[in-house]
Amino acid sequence: MEYIANKENIAKRIAKFFKSGEVVNLGIGLPTLVGNYVPKDVTIVLQSENGMMGLGPAPAKGEENRDLTNAGSAPVTVQIGGCFFDSATSFGIIRGGHVDYTVLGVLEVDQEGNLANYKVPGKMVPGMGGAMDLTTGARVVIAATLHFEPSGASRMKRKCTLPLTAAREVNVVVTDLGLFEVMGDRFYLTECFEPYTPEWILEKTDADIVVKNDCRIVKID
Amino acid sequence: MIEKPIISAAEAAGKIREGDSLMVGGFLACGSPHTIIQALKEKGTKNLTLICNDTAAHDLKSGKITGVGYLVQGKQFKKIIASHIGLNQETQRQMNAGETVVELVPQGTLAEQVRAAGSGLGGFLTPTGVGTEVEKGKQVILVNDRPFLLELPLKADVAIIKAKKADRAGNLVYNATARNFNPLMATAANLVIAEAEEIVEIGEIDPNEVHTPSIFVDFLVKAERLEW
Repeated sequence: MEYIANKENIAKRIAKFFKSGEVVNLGIGLPTLVGNYVPKDVTIVLQSENGMMGLGPAPAKGEENRDLTNAGSAPVTVQIGGCFFDSATSFGIIRGGHVDYTVLGVLEVDQEGNLANYKVPGKMVPGMGGAMDLTTGARVVIAATLHFEPSGASRMKRKCTLPLTAAREVNVVVTDLGLFEVMGDRFYLTECFEPYTPEWILEKTDADIVVKNDCRIVKID
Repeated sequence: MIEKPIISAAEAAGKIREGDSLMVGGFLACGSPHTIIQALKEKGTKNLTLICNDTAAHDLKSGKITGVGYLVQGKQFKKIIASHIGLNQETQRQMNAGETVVELVPQGTLAEQVRAAGSGLGGFLTPTGVGTEVEKGKQVILVNDRPFLLELPLKADVAIIKAKKADRAGNLVYNATARNFNPLMATAANLVIAEAEEIVEIGEIDPNEVHTPSIFVDFLVKAERLEW
């Protein structure tokens, strides 16, 4: 089977998790794409850890405000009814359990629910930013990642080898192959995305994956 | 209300001494006091310890720098305490070369450490970082069987912060996401210098709208540089 990396499918599937009124924090990079696919009839509240509730889309060219950015310093807008707050309040909201979902990028994620995404010792050390607080505080932690590294190795592991961002905090992993729940030190494949098959995913992933009895084959569109 | 002195950016930079710990407001240069930063770069004061959310940006290929990245470029810090250095390749280079000590702190912990220092707390218990490298060397305290890390307050000799508007008494109003760490740092340093885009007379800011009470601010600087 040929693998073609597909970030959009990951974003599209994650966008279907949310119900109206839920508070969501989207990380920088792939997770940011999720915002593009939230169904029209669902109104979520996007929290941005740099101090905003009601994060809106990018402004039109020429309308940028240098005082209004997302956590990646890109110009954004604020939705009607939104508000601003300082960083202590922002992380009070995050640690205090007031964020329903956090969606984060991944270097490695393992079957115990550990996540590594802030440090490759000696090589790349971006820092954890708000990711440790978000994974600790959010009700549901979704790891969003292409299934494979450029080398072809699976990003889903038995055990992370890199320094951890989160210990046993990940609830769901969505890759471009499928949706996995993390429970009792196993991944549970609950949705397999077309054209892939559960057998192929199991073969290509060096981790303990249980295919759920009610695992569905899903076409992402 | 007593009026606070309005000083030049160069005078503000002169109040920061070699070896000082320095808090700088801003989040990836959004809401940083760019006028004072440039003056401090010019002055070249060294051996500072930076406490800031991040070290803004420095792309070694294009040479593009923002915010406190200018001070990192001038090697003005012996130590950097921040949550994120990912957009500043020069910080990473200095860290890997052993030229500058970098201490990475979870963003919420850093914010709360500053808040704790400014509000007289001896520290706080946070679940953030349990089971990670952040836990190393820290006291783990169980509360109702859940592990928390004891994190200590973080003070500085000087804080330089940025507001949209100040009155002559030092009451401050921030704009949008340029607020971030600024109001916290205003409370946690021995000397607080606020750079403001607009400085108005006492009474011109509605007391209901004040974000940082005047008593925290020692000096005001009129912002001249707004670009990052």
